[in-house]
Amino acid sequence: MPHAAAGASDAEAAEGRVYTVSGEDWDEMVAAANEAGDFESGERIVINMGPQHPSTHGVLRLVLTLEGETVAEVRPAIGYLHTGIEKNMEYRTWTQGVTFCTRADYLMPIFNESAYCFAVERLLGIEDRIPERAQIIRVLMMELNRISSHLGGIAPMGLELGATTIYTQGARLRERALDLLELITGLRMNHAFIRPGGVAQDLPPGALEAIRVFLDETPRLMQQLHTLIDANPVFIGRNKGVAYLDLQGCMALGVTGPMLRATGLPWDLRKSQPYCGYETYDFDVPVRDTCDAYGRYLIRMDEIDESLKIIRQCVDRVAARGSVDSDPVMIRDAKIGWPAQLSLGPDGLGPSPQHIAHIMGQSMEALIHHFKLITEGFRVPAGQAYATIESPRGELAAHVVSDGGTRPYRVHLRDPSFTHLQSVAAMCEGGFVADLIPAIASIDPVMGGVDR
Amino acid sequence: MGIEEKLPSGILLTSVEKAAGWARARSVWPATFGLACCAIELFQTGGPKHDLARFGMERASNTPRQADLMIVAGRLSQKMAPVTRQIYDQMSDPKWVISMGVCASSGGMFNNYAIVQGVDHVIPVDIYLPGCPPRPEMLLDAILKLHDKIMNMKLGKNRDREITELENARLGLRPVHLAQPAEAEL
Amino acid sequence: MSGPEQTPDTPAEADGNLPARLGEERLNAPVERMGMFGVQGTPDTSGFGLLRVHKAPPLHSERPYGSYFDEVADALGLSDAIERVVVDRGEITFHVRRERLLEVAAKLRDDPALRFELCSGVSGVHYPEDTGRELHAVYHMLSITHNRRVRLEVSVPDADPHVPSLVSVYPTCNWHERETWDFFGLIFDGHPALTRIEMPDDWKGHPQRKDYPLGGIPVEYRGAKIPAPDERRHYQ
Repeated sequence: MPHAAAGASDAEAAEGRVYTVSGEDWDEMVAAANEAGDFESGERIVINMGPQHPSTHGVLRLVLTLEGETVAEVRPAIGYLHTGIEKNMEYRTWTQGVTFCTRADYLMPIFNESAYCFAVERLLGIEDRIPERAQIIRVLMMELNRISSHLGGIAPMGLELGATTIYTQGARLRERALDLLELITGLRMNHAFIRPGGVAQDLPPGALEAIRVFLDETPRLMQQLHTLIDANPVFIGRNKGVAYLDLQGCMALGVTGPMLRATGLPWDLRKSQPYCGYETYDFDVPVRDTCDAYGRYLIRMDEIDESLKIIRQCVDRVAARGSVDSDPVMIRDAKIGWPAQLSLGPDGLGPSPQHIAHIMGQSMEALIHHFKLITEGFRVPAGQAYATIESPRGELAAHVVSDGGTRPYRVHLRDPSFTHLQSVAAMCEGGFVADLIPAIASIDPVMGGVDR
Repeated sequence: MGIEEKLPSGILLTSVEKAAGWARARSVWPATFGLACCAIELFQTGGPKHDLARFGMERASNTPRQADLMIVAGRLSQKMAPVTRQIYDQMSDPKWVISMGVCASSGGMFNNYAIVQGVDHVIPVDIYLPGCPPRPEMLLDAILKLHDKIMNMKLGKNRDREITELENARLGLRPVHLAQPAEAEL
Repeated sequence: MSGPEQTPDTPAEADGNLPARLGEERLNAPVERMGMFGVQGTPDTSGFGLLRVHKAPPLHSERPYGSYFDEVADALGLSDAIERVVVDRGEITFHVRRERLLEVAAKLRDDPALRFELCSGVSGVHYPEDTGRELHAVYHMLSITHNRRVRLEVSVPDADPHVPSLVSVYPTCNWHERETWDFFGLIFDGHPALTRIEMPDDWKGHPQRKDYPLGGIPVEYRGAKIPAPDERRHYQ
């Protein structure tokens, strides 16, 4: 397999000469450039921080125009993970759409599902008929996902700055959150747990105890993380005062979430436009007014603590309720509610024998509903809905259009990472190259959500 | 340059193969090509619970020039395919590829215009690892299978002979869906 | 077949809400869907082969709209720029003429009674049956000051898919408009750099339009080959 051709080549491009450097020919390029007199005052070079890069939080490409160490221009190029999720959802039923949208922003799958399901429920007109147990479980799952998502942002932040210990400690704590998610939904990520009408299943036996153990142990581990990171002079030096974006910039660029709360504005959709019963929970909204990467990091750590508070309240509420027979987790509407009851048998997870006996032996209607719901799916009246939720990254919304059929006509996920990546230029131009990394880490973009 | 140029023959070759395979398997440096959700499971596999460092693999080489193993973790979009090929070409021999997850192995659930239906359309793959996403334990199993493959890899003349045999065997296979005369239709 | 006869002393409006009259109007509307299972004629054993679903008339809401929508509509004014207003499922949609879009957006952002500071971006929808108004650009606005949301919708024909760009009013629309151009072919006039953002730069076609195929490959099993997702039969 021959390696790439040696020697630099240059070609006249529209703006200035283009040099293609392919390895072991740096001195040839420099000699050619000096000859041509290209390195004038300013000495701008265009460098590609390509899609494969350890520090760009996924497949993000940054085209940098550098003057020495200073960034003159930064242009993010995205689309390297475009999956066509939105178009794929138009060829699947409404419930199957959950499995697609959950893989958009893969660090916060529960939030993708929730935004989509809230929009579908608004179109169905069943928003106020979702069982309360389902609402509590939804809040529980969302807050658990918030914890794992924030940790999934903070740990790579440490790795990118060169502090591998932050990464391993963050991964250690995140592993416990993933264990809980696996216990409840069966999967560590991309759960497809929140469905239109409720949630897929009730909490399994032992889940409440496991969550309580998690709640008791996590504050100590969080304290360890704080001790490791907060006062570290290198971390502070690289993050304080870096990636400044004030309130005006945030408003112009459509930035929400921790970045907006770092400017001093306490805007949180869970408080101002509550959904899913959030108005009944007791929690605070962390705010800082430093507008920099360090403030955003502190906000995320504080939000983990607030999530722990909310999860404790959820667990207490679920424990105080009755058993699942009288307390459903899926809407009791036979035309909409997903009819599965799963149980773990000798050959794996499948429909529980009692459920099979019911639909095969006892109720013809249940059999018909089961058949129709799984093959055809339910029909959603025509119209459009826009449901917004406060995701760990900001305002996540699903714009869902229905034409009255069994499949979505159009689903658009308004992802916060997509909008926030536009602000990289505003935050980083004029600063150092090295400040790009903490800037992007403080936006915490997930390229799956950016590209969908 | 490298051990490939100065190979002996016969029994000495077998011993060199064993020694080289043993050494290569013990410190495979992955060029993490983390694309999507599987990259998060790869990231968790590097964490303390499922530890990649015990295999000598925690030093993820971000430059492909020093990497041995390319773990394509996640869905490969059409825009990213040329980049993948370029990174693979920049890796130096010997190199191996694990396609992690169903999206990298076959396109996964995304059977559409935007996703390459299997990363083996672009680069040769050694180990296919299904899962959406595969658990860290599954990834470790794939890595161990790859270690087996590396340890048993032949060198020099033996390798040429092995490649010819494998190629001849594969050329004789018929496509799976034509194995039966009638195509079933839904 | 005609509907109920109009006697001289029965005004037309009183008849207009009778089911028979509404049903007749619906019968005159174009057919949107036929059958239920995607096959017509002999292979259709679903029993729904003769089902004809007619197109619903476009929604149009009358005052009072309810909630804060009336205040917003009053403060906005500009009734010649707004084609129609739809209040549906607790959300208000202003269908705006594309020539007046910038004016409406600027007023939404600057007027102290409206103050919609945050634009959540553009979303495109393609309605190929809606001749003359196939491409819709949907904007969602959020007012943090007043805690309100509105939606703006602009409809343009496929033959002339130009919409004024809102980047001068809401800079956040920059990438959203690029994405809508990439996926639908909607051209935003005045955008600083309308190029492809998600698809490769030399891609041909606009993938999320309804006339663009999903583009999958047939799925192979042992002894069977199932067509790609957009070519399978499905319930409609």
